[in-house]
Amino acid sequence: MSTPLLQLEGVHTHIGQYHILQGVDLAVPRGALTVLLGRNGAGKTTTLRTIMGLWKPSKGRVAFDGREIGGLQTPDIALSGISYVPETMSVFSDLTVAENLRLAARHGPPDQARLDWIFGFFPALQKFWQFPAGVLSGGQKQMLSVARAVIEPRTLILIDEPTKGLAPAIIESMIHAFQELKRSNTTILLVEQNFRFAQALGDTVAVMDDGRIVHNGTMAELTADTALQTRLLGLSLGEHQ
Amino acid sequence: MTTTAAPATTEPLPKLHYDYLPLLLVPGMAILALPLIGNTTTWITLTIAALAMGMMIFVMASGLTLVFGLMDVLNFGHGAFIAVGAYIALSALGPLSGWASSDSLTLNLAALAIAIAAGMIGTGALGWAFERIIIRPVYGQHLKQILITTGGLIVAEQMIHVIWGGDQKAMALPPGLRGAILFGDVALEKFRLLAVIVGLAVYATMALVLNRTKIGLLIRAGVENQEMVEALGYRVRRLFVGVFVAGSALAGLGGVMWALYRETLTAGIGSDVIVLVFIVIIIGGLGSVGGCFLGAILVAMMANYTGYVFPKVALASNILLMVLILLWRPQGLYPVAKR
Repeated sequence: MSTPLLQLEGVHTHIGQYHILQGVDLAVPRGALTVLLGRNGAGKTTTLRTIMGLWKPSKGRVAFDGREIGGLQTPDIALSGISYVPETMSVFSDLTVAENLRLAARHGPPDQARLDWIFGFFPALQKFWQFPAGVLSGGQKQMLSVARAVIEPRTLILIDEPTKGLAPAIIESMIHAFQELKRSNTTILLVEQNFRFAQALGDTVAVMDDGRIVHNGTMAELTADTALQTRLLGLSLGEHQ
Repeated sequence: MTTTAAPATTEPLPKLHYDYLPLLLVPGMAILALPLIGNTTTWITLTIAALAMGMMIFVMASGLTLVFGLMDVLNFGHGAFIAVGAYIALSALGPLSGWASSDSLTLNLAALAIAIAAGMIGTGALGWAFERIIIRPVYGQHLKQILITTGGLIVAEQMIHVIWGGDQKAMALPPGLRGAILFGDVALEKFRLLAVIVGLAVYATMALVLNRTKIGLLIRAGVENQEMVEALGYRVRRLFVGVFVAGSALAGLGGVMWALYRETLTAGIGSDVIVLVFIVIIIGGLGSVGGCFLGAILVAMMANYTGYVFPKVALASNILLMVLILLWRPQGLYPVAKR
């Protein structure tokens, strides 16, 4: 088995006086889509933010492509090839869709072929090209947030609950977009609460509880084992569909 | 292929609505003032004077609003750059007295341009040191920022006393900029016209940089969500230092213009005007350059009109204006979207 692209070993993160991550061990295989599941407050978002350097780990090791990134500043982590789609989307509301994407393209103007590829699964972005991102709907903002993360090829994409609060039709276009991303062999670490979405896309899965990873395995195993779902997540995937 | 031309679309697009309402405050206030002033010539003179004053306040305030918007830094020491810029320009004008007192407008303007450049370079350098020594240790700590930057202002004013002396200095206008141009009964002071031109040039340059360059995009995005800009791979700290230096240099430029406007100079020139500067950036919406521009014009109009019609309430009038605007729009006229 090849070395994981991203590896967390015994990572602890404190936010103020709160001890959120309590020794996270996680391996994200190269070229796969790994889903991070868990109840609210389990530490999923904190894990992504710690990888991105937005919160500093107080202990443990974060290795990306064999290189320690745990102590690096956020811009350096981004420049190493990781992009991040936060739970809040965080599009720049006063900037147009075009400007948001222009800013995300660090190596000059966005490539037109790449833009066409993105417009293929997010046509709304083409329609609202010159509109301020602030006027977009929640789903369109999420599309822009994902598009911003993939406007240039990246080695790893961290995505935090992309389907949160979205209409079913938008979730379908998100599934299509992530399938496209998977085809491009991009490694993705996806935090998700929507089990149907996770099941449709995930290759491997990790389950968090109380700031630790309590299960690691393939999505196929978890999908097939209702008892395991109930034990790890409180209720089975089937009950969520 | 690397072109980024806007892709074609055949579907109808929703209409965008620009928020013009705050812009109507300027003609609205001017029209309201006309019957109170009673004399059209005086009204035009006061309005032009307000535009000039507004431009100078805008130049002083524009850097401060970006500094707050980008890094959430409350810099109460901004007045120091206004004062130091004016004093450096005064010193620079000394060896240029031949040009500055010449009857040639060209030589006058050249002397002034050199003095302004010296003031801006000096305050830009001071801003760089101020950010490293005073601001950097207190990022994210508003109370400490207020205390330490106020301390920095006091130290700067005392240093001005040490270097240039504590007495009031005369900052005479060059002969070519004295007097007025007459349009019928309306007298337009030459220096005020120059102030309007300088203010508009600064605004146009800022608008160009903010809207047409990648640095400008980064500043606008950083004002809105600094964390996300960093997550895209950009070092906001470096950007902030650049904005702080540019803002300090602009304060220096504003200080030179303000001192020439008053024709006198004291170490407290920055402290005297800083209250107006803060009112302007609050009215405009913290971090908004367009709002700052509009706020500066409104504040100057209010000061000039009430100074003429109700001199006893002139000092309080801008506080009242700020209260009214914040009651209407609590985030300012053109609030910057925050995460």
